[in-house]
Amino acid sequence: MSFLVRDTIGVAKRNLLRIVRTPIMLIVTAVQPALLLLLFRYVLGGAITIPGESYVDYLVPAVFVEAVLIGGMTTSIGLAEDLKSGIIDRFRSLPMARPAVLAGRTLADLSRSVLSLAIMVGLGIAVGFRFHAGIGAIVGGLLLILGFGYAFSWMYITIGLATKDPESAQIAGILPFFVLMFASNAIVPVATMPHWLRGFARNQPLSVTVSAARALLEGAPATHWLWQALAWSAAILLVFLALALGLYRNAIE
Amino acid sequence: MMIEVDGVVKRFGSTRALDNVTLRGDRGRVLALLGPNGAGKTTLIRILTTLLKPDAGCARIGGLDVAEDAGRLRSLIGFAGQYAAVDELLTGRENLELIGLWYHLDKAEYRRRATDVLERFTLTEAADRLVKTYSGGMRRRLDIGAALIARPQVLFLDEPTTGLDPRTRNDVWEFIEELVGEGTTVMLTTQYMDEAERLAHEIVVLDSGAVIAHGTVAGLKDRLGGDRLEARVREAAVLGRAAAVLGELAGTTPHVDPDRQLVSVPTKTGTAFLLTAARRFEEEHISLDDLGIRRPSLDDVFLALTGARATDREGTP
Repeated sequence: MSFLVRDTIGVAKRNLLRIVRTPIMLIVTAVQPALLLLLFRYVLGGAITIPGESYVDYLVPAVFVEAVLIGGMTTSIGLAEDLKSGIIDRFRSLPMARPAVLAGRTLADLSRSVLSLAIMVGLGIAVGFRFHAGIGAIVGGLLLILGFGYAFSWMYITIGLATKDPESAQIAGILPFFVLMFASNAIVPVATMPHWLRGFARNQPLSVTVSAARALLEGAPATHWLWQALAWSAAILLVFLALALGLYRNAIE
Repeated sequence: MMIEVDGVVKRFGSTRALDNVTLRGDRGRVLALLGPNGAGKTTLIRILTTLLKPDAGCARIGGLDVAEDAGRLRSLIGFAGQYAAVDELLTGRENLELIGLWYHLDKAEYRRRATDVLERFTLTEAADRLVKTYSGGMRRRLDIGAALIARPQVLFLDEPTTGLDPRTRNDVWEFIEELVGEGTTVMLTTQYMDEAERLAHEIVVLDSGAVIAHGTVAGLKDRLGGDRLEARVREAAVLGRAAAVLGELAGTTPHVDPDRQLVSVPTKTGTAFLLTAARRFEEEHISLDDLGIRRPSLDDVFLALTGARATDREGTP
């Protein structure tokens, strides 16, 4: 047990050093949600009306969720690079605890998500977003978003292991991101979409998480969405954790 | 016996990457795996470093089974693969310290050993620079250094000097010799005969996944028939007469290569035979461009062994 923790922290340290030393990647992952925020706040948002709510308060929690999701894409690329370069071979020949390579990477991801989220909170407030809830609900909402991002790290890990190639990993990672981000209530209300899309758009994991986060950050009743959001995150975590560990075991064979 | 491989088979789809491979490696010795590309050298190394599981047969390192005791076995071995698997965005020291941590050394120990390894591989000055600023030779040294941080009993090196300049190659060879002097067992793959000749106590020649020869460098050379006397005539017209002279002296049919105007026969008496042959050629007024004793190189052995196999394969439908 202690070796698992120690090895995982070692891997997290390695990946954090890599993140810090490729500032361009860090900037890109922060700029992307910032652009989305500015685009919809100032360019397209004027055309969208949300009953009973200002659009900026509607939009910003979704940008928070996007910010923790986008960074994960670099994980699948990075892991595919490690597989290709032979670093994973070296790791696997060491007596290090097996899950540490993946778990450490997701911890580094989580640290980056905290940073991205902090930047987006600052930017959100700068463009007019306001928290309307108590401190407990706000912290809860932000933790829910981080938890969602963490669960998705394992999906990106799985994509990296399955593609084994940085370019393919990048393409494969964008697809679920776009589907979840745009076929959702993140940017426009689901009621504006065609009927056949509404069921998916309302109940898919990102929408449910955004709904729960909005409710928590606004101080509205959140229980209904919160349980669904937690269930989604837990299910995604468990499924992709199992898939990733299985793929990792067989990655080289 | 540090390395024991018994009847190992590994298939990838319908190809047999390893076909019933059996070999032994003694403690404190260098075992070189030789073979053309695709012979199965890397596959065998990957099985012994627990990266692949054999489909049949078994393999043990230091008495531990690669499939059943993989966890404990990994503490005994060091592995440097074909490509320098070091992290470009970390410094040399960070790379080594992390590998030490993952070998479960305690912090004081891995820090001390990282410093030692850096010193030994003359990387002390570059220790705190990012590896992306290193030259190819420095990376390779760091890579081998990383494999040594836990002082492994068995070191696996997959083509350790491929792509290195001659001087760095020589450095790496010296490191390997030092380690072996200290009792480390080394198994390496190489495509370079001079590397095998310089380092290896034992050579295993693999071709198409099978062991086609196994022995010492001298032993393999003997199999090819030992030294030969070689004469190159100045004019093609006298090739036949030269062959007759050598055939009479050696008591065997000489080998004639008309393209290169060469005649050769095996010899066991070396210089004495050379002098006799020189006198006879002079008496017969046969002008030569070259006359000498040639020892077979490991290249000859290798080409003879793998060439024979290639011909066999072409012969069978």
